[in-house]
Amino acid sequence: MPAAIEVHGLTRTFGDVLAVDHVDFLVEAGEIFGFLGPNGAGKTTTVRMLTGVIDPSAGTATIGGHDIRAEPSLSRAHLGIVPEDANVYLDLSLWQNIMLMAQLHGVPRAERVREGERLLEAVGLAERKRQKARVLSKGLRQRLMLCTALVTSPDILFLDEPTSGLDVQSTRLIHRIVRDLNREGLTVFLTTHNMHEAEHVCSRVAIINRGRIVATDTPEHLRSAMQSSQYLEVVFSEPRLADPDLESLAGVSEVTAADGGYRLFTETPGRVAVEVARFADAKGLEIAHLCTRKPSLEEVFVQFTGQ
Amino acid sequence: MTTHAEPAQTWRRQVHGACVIVRKNALLYYLKPPVLIFGVLFPVFFFLAFKMGRPISAEDMVPGMVAMALWFTASAVGPLVTPWERRARTYERLISSPVSLTAILAGDVISGMIFGAGLSVVALLLALTLTNASIASPALLLAGILLGALSFASLGVLLAAPPASSPSNIMLLSNLVRLPLLFVSGIFVPIHRMPVWARWIAPISPLSYTVALIRSAFGQPAYFPTWLSLPMLVAFTAVLMWAARAFHRLWRARGL
Repeated sequence: MPAAIEVHGLTRTFGDVLAVDHVDFLVEAGEIFGFLGPNGAGKTTTVRMLTGVIDPSAGTATIGGHDIRAEPSLSRAHLGIVPEDANVYLDLSLWQNIMLMAQLHGVPRAERVREGERLLEAVGLAERKRQKARVLSKGLRQRLMLCTALVTSPDILFLDEPTSGLDVQSTRLIHRIVRDLNREGLTVFLTTHNMHEAEHVCSRVAIINRGRIVATDTPEHLRSAMQSSQYLEVVFSEPRLADPDLESLAGVSEVTAADGGYRLFTETPGRVAVEVARFADAKGLEIAHLCTRKPSLEEVFVQFTGQ
Repeated sequence: MTTHAEPAQTWRRQVHGACVIVRKNALLYYLKPPVLIFGVLFPVFFFLAFKMGRPISAEDMVPGMVAMALWFTASAVGPLVTPWERRARTYERLISSPVSLTAILAGDVISGMIFGAGLSVVALLLALTLTNASIASPALLLAGILLGALSFASLGVLLAAPPASSPSNIMLLSNLVRLPLLFVSGIFVPIHRMPVWARWIAPISPLSYTVALIRSAFGQPAYFPTWLSLPMLVAFTAVLMWAARAFHRLWRARGL
């Protein structure tokens, strides 16, 4: 079974500007793959190349085993796309929007009608199917976009900032539907700025910065790999007494005050926890709170992108 | 799906995709104000401006009027669709679907052709009802309307290729091309009576050959013979379609 997406040396220039610089990555079938990066890093340009909106300047990619340059129509036949701006046809009804995308993908009539009804029901828009898309709010338009993307029964779903600016209900609904479909085998390529979303939804992430991939791994591995950013959080009943001596503990590289206690940065949080317990015992201090922390994905992101 | 079945299946899918585009365009754009203004009102006012106060029989004007209606209507849809969709960003949805750019453009051309041919038939029926004009060759008239509509619609799609921040900029560009050609194509003044420079330009306008075909269909003398007009309209359609595809691909490749 081929990888869902394979990208080799994908490059795109706009005049003298190198927007995407020889990017390589692989998305396995059935993954939720997060694509993270600051503004202008090359995320959208990469997605636009993969989805056939613009051509690469160099390199190539395969979608479902089909080369995006040699077999563009076949590679796009596997895709469902939900862009950040819900670019629905405002003068068509919800139903016409969904049927239009299904027809462009050649979905047979009985199947597109059945799926269209089911999807509208699933996103809570069934009663508004005859309304023009113009009357929908941003959140509801995004739900409609999800219907137009899923009615084609895609193998791979591209989500570009799908929950940006949405209310909690719409965000949760979209996350729930995406997770459910992923459990059924759908591959998801998620572009997002929302680190919480990436951390909790994605099975693997790639971080792109200045057009180049700087890290690709599971969120857990990326967090663990940043040993220098791991820390121990400790709160004493009488913190002022402990203040001058904590930095002298073995394995501690830095101490900062936080939340009424201290953060002890270390590459060996388990050992330092033992040292802290001994220290407290020796000083006659009572430990009110003690735990080890790994950096969040947001901290990993900041570390890699410098932003 | 076998490897050998793919090309045929892809080809059928593209034809189907073009038909979906035609339906979408009819639903969304046939009644848009710019199409109605530049496609329907323009030829009506041009006709009135030319006819009023001039000693020309209505029957003599019918072929030119039908050709002019065809010219404006068939070339009105193309310049609207792509700029409108680029601004609404729905264009990206189309080009990221499995339907190829060629099929999308073919759908746009057919949309313009149907719109133009349909409205020019209305103009034709009005003319036949209100004047004593009669058709000498229905086949020639049908060929003139269909081939003319096809080439004019292709011109409209070509004019839609440059990226523009607003559809009105493209409508402006299309009128800069359509209006001068209107005056050198033998609608208002027969080509043999025009100045030499205009007689040089007339052959590079598809409207000239359409006017000639429609005049012949009404039994009137035509500047270009039928044996030349028919292949010239086919050639214009092919060249304009090829150019439209090349320029749309160029701008798409540049990400515009």
